[in-house]
Amino acid sequence: MKGYLVLSTGEVFEGQLLGNGEEVYGEVVFFTGMTGYEEVMTDPSFKGQLVVFTYPLIGNYGINGADQESKVPQASALIMQGCRSQGYHYESLESVQAYAEKHAIPILVGVDTRAVVKRIRELGDMGAIITTNLETVDFSTKQVIGTRNLVEEVSTTVIETYGEGDYHVVMLDFGYKKSILTSLIKLGCKVTVVPFNTEETIIHNLRPDGILLSNGPGNPKQLLHLAERLKNLATTYPTMGICLGHQLLALAFGGDTQKLRFGHRGANQPVQDLQTKKVYITSQNHSYFVTDESLTETGFIPRYININDKSIEGMSHNHFPITSVQFHPEAHPGPADSEEIFLHFLTDMSSKRREKVYA
Amino acid sequence: MPKCQDIKKILVIGSGPIVIGQAAEFDYAGTQACLALKEEGCQVVLINNNPATVMTDKACADVVYFEPLTVESVEKIIQKEQPDGILATLGGQTGLNLALSLHKEGILEKYDVPLLGTPIESIMKGEDREEFRTLMHQLGEPVPDSEIVETVEAALEFANVVGYPIIVRPAYTLGGAGGGIVDDEAALKKVVKGGLDLSPIHQCLIEKSIAGFKEIEYEVMRDANDTCITVCNMENIDPVGIHTGDSIVVAPSQTLTDVEYQMLRSVSVKIIRALGIVGGCNIQFALDPYSKQYYLIEVNPRVSRSSALASKATGYPIARIAAKLSLGYHLHELLNPVTGHTYASFEPALDYCVVKFPRWPFDKFPHANRRLGTQMKATGEVMAIERNLESAFQKAIRSLDIKGISGLELATVKKLSLEQLWKSVTEADDLRFFAILEMLRRDVTTEEIHLATKINYFYLNSWKYLVAQEQVAKQLSFSTVTKDQLLQLKIDGFSDEWLAAVWNVTLAELRQKRQEFNIHPAYKMVDTCAGEFIAKTAYYYSSWSGEMDVDPTTSKKKVIIIGSGPIRIGQGIEFDYCSVHGVLALKQENYEAILINNNPETVSTDYEIADRLYFEPLTTEDVLNIIELEKADGVIVQLGGQTAISLVKNLEEAGVPLLGTNHDTIDKLEDRDRFYQFMKAVNVPHIPGVTAVDEVDLIMKADEIGYPVLIRPSYVIGGQGMMVFHCREEMVEYINDQIISIGFPILLDAFYPGMEVEVDALTDGSDVVVPGMFQHIERAGVHSGDSLSVIPPINVAQIHKETIIEYTKRIAQGMEFKGVFNIQFVIYKDNVYVLEVNPRASRTVPILSKVTGMNMIALTVKLLLNEKLADHHQTLGYQVEPPYYTVKAPVFSYSKLPDLDPKLEAEMKSTGELISISDKLEEAFRKAFVWGERDIPLLFKKKGTIFCEIAQCDDPEFIALKELLTKLQYEIVDEKKISFEEWLNQDNSVCYLSIEMTDATSKQRRKEALKNRLPVVTELSTFGFMVRSLSNENYTVNAIDHWLLKYENLKCSPVKLS
Repeated sequence: MKGYLVLSTGEVFEGQLLGNGEEVYGEVVFFTGMTGYEEVMTDPSFKGQLVVFTYPLIGNYGINGADQESKVPQASALIMQGCRSQGYHYESLESVQAYAEKHAIPILVGVDTRAVVKRIRELGDMGAIITTNLETVDFSTKQVIGTRNLVEEVSTTVIETYGEGDYHVVMLDFGYKKSILTSLIKLGCKVTVVPFNTEETIIHNLRPDGILLSNGPGNPKQLLHLAERLKNLATTYPTMGICLGHQLLALAFGGDTQKLRFGHRGANQPVQDLQTKKVYITSQNHSYFVTDESLTETGFIPRYININDKSIEGMSHNHFPITSVQFHPEAHPGPADSEEIFLHFLTDMSSKRREKVYA
Repeated sequence: MPKCQDIKKILVIGSGPIVIGQAAEFDYAGTQACLALKEEGCQVVLINNNPATVMTDKACADVVYFEPLTVESVEKIIQKEQPDGILATLGGQTGLNLALSLHKEGILEKYDVPLLGTPIESIMKGEDREEFRTLMHQLGEPVPDSEIVETVEAALEFANVVGYPIIVRPAYTLGGAGGGIVDDEAALKKVVKGGLDLSPIHQCLIEKSIAGFKEIEYEVMRDANDTCITVCNMENIDPVGIHTGDSIVVAPSQTLTDVEYQMLRSVSVKIIRALGIVGGCNIQFALDPYSKQYYLIEVNPRVSRSSALASKATGYPIARIAAKLSLGYHLHELLNPVTGHTYASFEPALDYCVVKFPRWPFDKFPHANRRLGTQMKATGEVMAIERNLESAFQKAIRSLDIKGISGLELATVKKLSLEQLWKSVTEADDLRFFAILEMLRRDVTTEEIHLATKINYFYLNSWKYLVAQEQVAKQLSFSTVTKDQLLQLKIDGFSDEWLAAVWNVTLAELRQKRQEFNIHPAYKMVDTCAGEFIAKTAYYYSSWSGEMDVDPTTSKKKVIIIGSGPIRIGQGIEFDYCSVHGVLALKQENYEAILINNNPETVSTDYEIADRLYFEPLTTEDVLNIIELEKADGVIVQLGGQTAISLVKNLEEAGVPLLGTNHDTIDKLEDRDRFYQFMKAVNVPHIPGVTAVDEVDLIMKADEIGYPVLIRPSYVIGGQGMMVFHCREEMVEYINDQIISIGFPILLDAFYPGMEVEVDALTDGSDVVVPGMFQHIERAGVHSGDSLSVIPPINVAQIHKETIIEYTKRIAQGMEFKGVFNIQFVIYKDNVYVLEVNPRASRTVPILSKVTGMNMIALTVKLLLNEKLADHHQTLGYQVEPPYYTVKAPVFSYSKLPDLDPKLEAEMKSTGELISISDKLEEAFRKAFVWGERDIPLLFKKKGTIFCEIAQCDDPEFIALKELLTKLQYEIVDEKKISFEEWLNQDNSVCYLSIEMTDATSKQRRKEALKNRLPVVTELSTFGFMVRSLSNENYTVNAIDHWLLKYENLKCSPVKLS
């Protein structure tokens, strides 16, 4: 059936709508990676978003289940130039289309995605509606994404433990990607995933070696109420923050975040480690960033910067063993160049343990 | 800041003449590198004896040596120039091999000149199979079971253990020359023996075949800071087993999951780090289509054909960046020139897909072995960019510029039986793509085809869709087709031309309908970043949906130059040189220069050259669509070879303002009857000729004219289909050949075996300037592209020179034409006759421009813009002859096309050319023969025996040469003394002479001799110059400016005035 992407500016893009045809509202963002659509569809950080794939051939290798970052698709809708009706890969279980239909995720195909990207580039990430009926479009009734509590929608409600490693990491789940879990387990960690709003005492009782604040969707300021708790944790345990987790750490210590005009979403963002001068090609997916000047009083110092726009991509702390990155060292989708950053976290946990022994 | 402040002067090694496996991509890489180095304030000294290159221009290099690419001449240049470093990784395999030789012979050490960029140890680790395997084992990276062998016995032993099929790869050969996949012991013996002979270090890698795996390539870059990026990955549609140069390739990979993509990317980065490369590197993998098991196939520690493709596919200028990295820069310090505000340390994101399709020479050589394997056979390639795969395939096919293609059908394939189609598909020849489509049309299932070819279903189904859409189109009709239906067909890539043919209307009617429906292509930008950032590149491709990225508005006047498409025999890099200079000249004249081309290897398709580059097929529709969008003030077709010329009729009919050229003039020169009338009208003698309408007529008219005769089809490239017949039997045999189909009417000329002379001339319609005259060494009947030639002429009488110039003037004034053109003459029995007139730039234009210092194309452009010759050039007519000799020599790729008879004929066979310059004739010839370190003919390396077969053994020239050779301590033998086979197997055989031998045995012997790496000479005149240059051992090297200065002095000297 004919479907439309209506931007909040009023501009309309026409395409073929696959799925149930119900109207969907969300923030329209674009992803520039050329592979990894399955990971993107299932990454909880995309909650509430309409994802435009800039690569025009999606679905070539189908859906294999194994590469999913969470149990269900998370994005509100997908917008593509073209979508293969069959996946051609030995692991493929079903087509993208069948998978999306099963989960009632609309796919708008045949859209000039490059044109949509150009609008977003010019005007920024914005609200948009996918519909089959242009008459009923009404943006006034929609809640903009920055004010929604999306983390509540994606975070776990139960505490679960994975792996049997030496180090015990408690991961606060703001919408974590499975790959963070696998990266940690691979490095010899036992990981307990807890709901994002878990009480401090419960966490202490888990006797963690380290805390990981996961990635997640939406505006970090929606979680300002957790600031004090997060700061307590980060000053008590070696801590690592990824993406939203990184932003929350900055906020917890009094820093500030702002929204990028349009987010970094792709597999090709160059990031330099200011300490070693090494450059990583990183996987990224974020709309918000930590502002440079806001860190002055926080004890944080910028450790990683984006080569292109010079925005802060990570920080370390003057007094506390904190590893905090805006990008995704766990990759999936995207390059694994920076996975060694997990080792910093591991080193911090190991030093802390030695301190305890000697204490 | 660059780390190496002490590097001020750099010697760059070019890749030399074009051969299969090493084509225009190295001019592109070299040009980028030279410009990048100059940008950094370095002085660039260049050695490259290929004149048809942009890199050998004054604007690219400060000092240019057109000298042999040998250790000897490089050493001489080092002595003269004393460079601070040598850059060899941009000169292809030639450059690398030369660097290795320089290292081995201690030259680099002796003169303390460092190799810039990738260190020599890394080159060896990548290039030497054993070292590479050892490194892979150390890294724990899998390579297929393999062994380095130096004997056939060792190969057999290995095969007995691992089993067949087995791949044989000779070490250090271009484009995998001499290798192949073998299925049994007999084949293994044969190929290994040949491979050992071909390999300069007598080594072959033999490995367990993993044919059928996906073949995936990564283009990786690394800087001295250890930052690594992958610019692009590519997937070969033809699985492992067919050389990547002969594979249809897509970018980026289409059938890899992110996990697989990143897995191979991580390995690529690991390897480039372990190798310690600074610059670019190509890494090839084989990936099991049914697991995550992969193998490393090979690593090329240099820029390559694939890196040129990756640069054009992504917009990321690999060679340019690699050159800067070699100066010590880091990737994150260099701006991405595409966006101008982001950095080179990122990985391009594509929002389109790219298809590369090889261009093979088999339309010219239908009898050659067309099977594809591990040895590359393509002479060139085309690239297509689109937003969907199907239309990208369609564009690629259109770009091939092969006669007999209509839509996705090739006439010769359509005629094949199913059995023949299966043969083409299972044996994998150059027609395979067309054969698969034809089989799909005949309802063969994708399953059957997949089983036979292992081509991924993803691609097979894409092709099946196209075949189904062909049917959809055929069921529609012109009068009833709706807008949506037509739009869908256009989105699927079907051309106006094909649709018009299917619906039985004219191209113009179809266009009209499309315009009524308001269906137009949108031109989108290649920007390296999928639209994420604003980019400033003017690099576009068309797509049939969506919005336009181009803004064609400008205050300047605009001219479009039509490029020449893929490199093929007879239409090579020289036209790219001409197109590039056309663009530069237009810019100089303050015009906006727009270029259309589809060859990813070239300088012209570097988006920094033209004001706007359209990467598109060169068909009437594709070109007209751009012309309509741009509303150009003029279109230039003279610089794009026959490809551009063949568009003239249709463009003219569509009302396009063509500069300097019109269809009537072209037709007057191409249509032989009209040509003879024209010659008569301007009072210029021509060779008698007639037109034959069918086979019977051909034989009758040949009898009338009298043998020998020559047949020549109109509008062809490189003498395609041109044949000389010495007697009626030869002609009858040719006519009866099943594989060859003669297109009638065909031209039949008397054949005058005289001396050929050619000129390139410039005209404004009344005056002419003739910058130089080439005398061919071989007699007429040998294609001009395959003959040795020399300027100025060495034994053309003054009176004949004057006649030639006079005729040139008459022709120029008699045709309605402006610009540059080429005339070929034959001097026979003291008379000058015109053979042909080509109303376009020719192969020799770059040579003349380089060795006379006159920028012919810049002047041509002025003429096309209606300026007068007299206002821009002081002396009209024939220019003063330079006080030095320039020899142009052809270079053949026989080792890649082993079934080709090396006899020089009317049909062109050479793939490239070179020049050498000296004020001593013998020295100039010597440098032309010993042009490359690995290509020095044996008789120049050692004394030995020469096997002679000559029809006329009492020829006085032959007797004189024999005497000279004996004096030089060579032994001349013939059949009477020793059998050919016995001679062939001797260690001291150095040359095979086969003059005027037309029988099958001689043909076979020539091929045999070539296989044994022996020089084969088939013209006594060639041999004469070869022998006379033998003793001229100590040659001198000089930069082109040295000669041009002498020329200038001569022109200014009072001698001229007297």
